Amino acid sequence: MTRSTLNTFRLYATGKKTVPLTVEKYPGFQRDDKYKKLTSTDVDYFRSIVGDTGLIYQNEDDLEAFNTDWMNKFRGQSQLVLKPKTTQQVSDILKYCNEQKIAVVPQGGNTGLVGGSVPLFDEVVVSLQGMNQIRSFDDVSGILTADAGCVLESLDNWLGEKGFMMPLDLGAKGSCHIGGNLATNAGGLRLVRYGSLHGTVLGIEAVLPDGTILDSMSTLRKDNTGYDLKQLFIGSEGTIGIITGISILTPRRPSAIHVALLGVDSFEDVQKAFKQSRIQLSEILSAFEYYDNNAFQIFKKHNDARSIMDNEYPFYVLIETSGSNKDHDEEKLNTYLEDMMTDGIAQDGVVAQDESQSKRIWGVREGLTEALGKEPAVYKYDISMPVSKINDCVLEMRDHLEQGGAFGKPDSPVIDVVGYGHVGDGNLHLNIPAKSADPRVLELIEPFLFEWVSKQKGSISAEHGLGISKNQYLSYSKSESMIKLMKTFKSVLDPNGILNPYKYLPTK
Amino acid sequence: MSNPLRIFVPVKRVVDFAVKVRVNPAKTDVDRNVKHSMNPFDEIAVEEAVRIKEAKKAEKKEVEVVAISCGTAKAQETLRTALAMGADRAVHVEVKDDATLQPLAVAKLLKAFTDKEEKKPDLFILGKQAIDDDANQTGQMLAGLLNWPQTTFASKVTIENEALKVTREIDGGLETLETKIPAIITTDLRLNEPRYASLPNIMKAKKKPLVKITPEDLGIDVSPRIQTIKVEEPAKREGGRKVESVDELVDKLKNEAKVL
Repeated sequence: MTRSTLNTFRLYATGKKTVPLTVEKYPGFQRDDKYKKLTSTDVDYFRSIVGDTGLIYQNEDDLEAFNTDWMNKFRGQSQLVLKPKTTQQVSDILKYCNEQKIAVVPQGGNTGLVGGSVPLFDEVVVSLQGMNQIRSFDDVSGILTADAGCVLESLDNWLGEKGFMMPLDLGAKGSCHIGGNLATNAGGLRLVRYGSLHGTVLGIEAVLPDGTILDSMSTLRKDNTGYDLKQLFIGSEGTIGIITGISILTPRRPSAIHVALLGVDSFEDVQKAFKQSRIQLSEILSAFEYYDNNAFQIFKKHNDARSIMDNEYPFYVLIETSGSNKDHDEEKLNTYLEDMMTDGIAQDGVVAQDESQSKRIWGVREGLTEALGKEPAVYKYDISMPVSKINDCVLEMRDHLEQGGAFGKPDSPVIDVVGYGHVGDGNLHLNIPAKSADPRVLELIEPFLFEWVSKQKGSISAEHGLGISKNQYLSYSKSESMIKLMKTFKSVLDPNGILNPYKYLPTK
Repeated sequence: MSNPLRIFVPVKRVVDFAVKVRVNPAKTDVDRNVKHSMNPFDEIAVEEAVRIKEAKKAEKKEVEVVAISCGTAKAQETLRTALAMGADRAVHVEVKDDATLQPLAVAKLLKAFTDKEEKKPDLFILGKQAIDDDANQTGQMLAGLLNWPQTTFASKVTIENEALKVTREIDGGLETLETKIPAIITTDLRLNEPRYASLPNIMKAKKKPLVKITPEDLGIDVSPRIQTIKVEEPAKREGGRKVESVDELVDKLKNEAKVL
């Protein structure tokens, strides 16, 4: 590995973004020549739709943010970014692109973790950031309709004033768009309580690749009339339509939230704690997260955080309850926590006494991804499997890397293998920080990990999606006939293949 | 200094520091239907008392930390937090409506309690002010009523035998005072960082004694001396603007902002 390539990954140390182009870093991508190369006529036409302020053309500095993903892992070569302000503009854009066979990448908050939100070649980026209006809200039913470009945290704050909340929460909330959340079927920290977007989304407004505006913005809680098309768009990662509006059922903001952190000795104890929480906390449980001490050490490396507990433990469990009655919830939680201590499942624990403490406890769990991002290189995997297998995955990966000569010695390229995640949902965020991006390490990890997950009948991408990171491995989690049917849908809705090419479905 | 050293820590249940405070529709008070927790400066006071206790334990000296709160029944939550942080026992002075309970009344209650207690306190450690009224009066008034020395805005506290040494944060820098015990200390932000309530301690706290008394038991009239007439939100901050020239700036400062 040459010095210059090493430097490209020391992004935080040098401060200058010299992210290599995705197509140079990952050879094997070929620009499909069926897609038109932009001409000035095309740009003028787009200008007539969105106006001078609605596009960025050939300005490298301004284009950089749209061409590069949040982790600085992927960079595309788009020359044009369009920022429509209305659904009609999106429709006009796509209609033209479909006729001219111009490839398009829809983009929300650009916080995706699988390279799905940035171009590979010269695809035109259609950014939804100009469409950020809340359309309506019914405070009896809690049904919210909004533009797809609304930032999740802004929506949550707006709803908070009215006593409601968004039914999902994730670390990227300050930047991600609700449209992007839908396109990736984002899960997040509260799925265990509020369920997935497939349940909370009531309606979608989307623009199909040929420009047709599909208005499915129902605000009805119950409507069994025909195929539920919106479900196809949720999790479609911008490959069969651009989502421009959403209608979502929002729950009431709980008046009583409690946060506790437990230190436990083994993963068996993590599972026991979870099983008991289902029994004793059941309807008030709103989050059940875990992280191992290895992940916590990386966090400590990059944060000045004061310790929450006196000692360190092999595993930590973060429990949050949400309910409408503080006294009832406190009693349930205290009984549960006491039982955890007396039964020896928890070795120690802490209960937040005020909001600041709650924020700090959550801050550790929510800050793990960012801390890992500050390591010279990190291989990130988001997988789901039976809960009992989660820690086995971490241990076996460590073992495998050690046997492969990549881990365990002072000069090994791999720094550690750490695990954390939504243990309540069987979702592990497996992270492998390394001293540099070493292809030998990648070869050891993939496809070993995917084969392992496949054996557990798990998912190679629990919530992050496929993008360009995992699309070629789809067969590890879905059968041939399913993939074939998916490709059929894609070809029916996007016959020219203009939306987000090279991604999502396997290209072979 | 009696053996053991007795530290009394008054604590107040206030609107949680992180909550966005709103004025109620009647404009008579803030909306109190929100999350409450222990006043942050009182947390620091409890933490300091517990640290003194732990330090003296190493010297084989006994310290008793007593948490006291004047308020409605909900004040007991705050006392439980104090017990979970390490206080030995708690006293709840139950008042019907604590929205009108003012610093002078609290100081009088604490003085009357001190007079009544057989086991007299050697130290009162209070938060310098409550974050709801920002009064910064109770500690000082209590010192006046008890006729004890007061060391306010403490950022460092040391107890050596009978002497109390306190470093205070003042406008000019730091001032160190030495005085005799019994005395009053009020805590400032940099005195310490309060601990989290650990599970084992929360469990132990359940068994610690919590005694309830009333202002009538203490013979104190807690009716307010000050009446709040109106509560309003501050004027909304207007957005800033860019100006093209110095002349324009001067013009705007003169004619719009009217500060020149």
